[in-house]
Amino acid sequence: MRLEFQMTDDILIASAFGELDHHSAGAVRDEIDETMKAFGCRHLILDFEKVTFMDSSGIGVVLGRYNKVTKQGGRLFLAGCSEFIEKILYMAGVFTVVDKQRSAEDAVCLLKGQQQIEMEVSASGQ
Amino acid sequence: MDNRMKVAFSARAENEGFARSAAAAFVACMDPTIEELTEIKTGVSEAVSNSIIHGYGEDPTQMVELECQIRSGGKVILIIRDQGVGIEDVEKAREPMFTTGSTEERSGMGFTVMESFMDKLEVVSRTGEGTTVTMTKQLDISNGF
Repeated sequence: MRLEFQMTDDILIASAFGELDHHSAGAVRDEIDETMKAFGCRHLILDFEKVTFMDSSGIGVVLGRYNKVTKQGGRLFLAGCSEFIEKILYMAGVFTVVDKQRSAEDAVCLLKGQQQIEMEVSASGQ
Repeated sequence: MDNRMKVAFSARAENEGFARSAAAAFVACMDPTIEELTEIKTGVSEAVSNSIIHGYGEDPTQMVELECQIRSGGKVILIIRDQGVGIEDVEKAREPMFTTGSTEERSGMGFTVMESFMDKLEVVSRTGEGTTVTMTKQLDISNGF
């Protein structure tokens, strides 16, 4: 599995390529956590569009990142999940706490839109 | 016509990919759908990961065995066998979210995933002797062979 990172404002997009299993999960987890720390991002988008295989190891990776991101006051989005990946994540109830979007771009739009509203609300309140 | 294969490999995490690909390649002659193939790969991946992580504690000197059988009519039987530590309470281990607890973010969903993707899951284990997982899946076929 290979990861590519992209940063826009305080949002980190981690795009995964290949197979996510127990073997690759450890390295994926470490690389995302290190990059989040290095860039000091608030929100995280996990883009699984190019993930060709995932077993239950993916659940731990997603929920582990969810815990980290929410602890720092951010939000986690999942993007580009195939029907099969969604099925596995649903079994563990992941989507009761994690938002999903069709694509990383959609998730960025949503986050930025919400940030805009938050800014306007706090400005009008002053 | 029946067909059968058996492979054994070191209890190394990198062999999880090999095991599921080997199973997928073997059943490919039955012309399974992409969905069926993905489900088989996932089931094998879960069972093999369990043997490597829990059965053998990732000890590469130990061997995990994978056996695949294809029966006429498109029935696929997958057997994953280890001679590791075994599971103390199989019923409990099969419960969703059950995990022996660790810092490695394990979900405890392995058996649940196997159960959902296969038609039948049988787990036989004896403490100190090892675990055998047998999964059965009926393919919606059949053209191949």
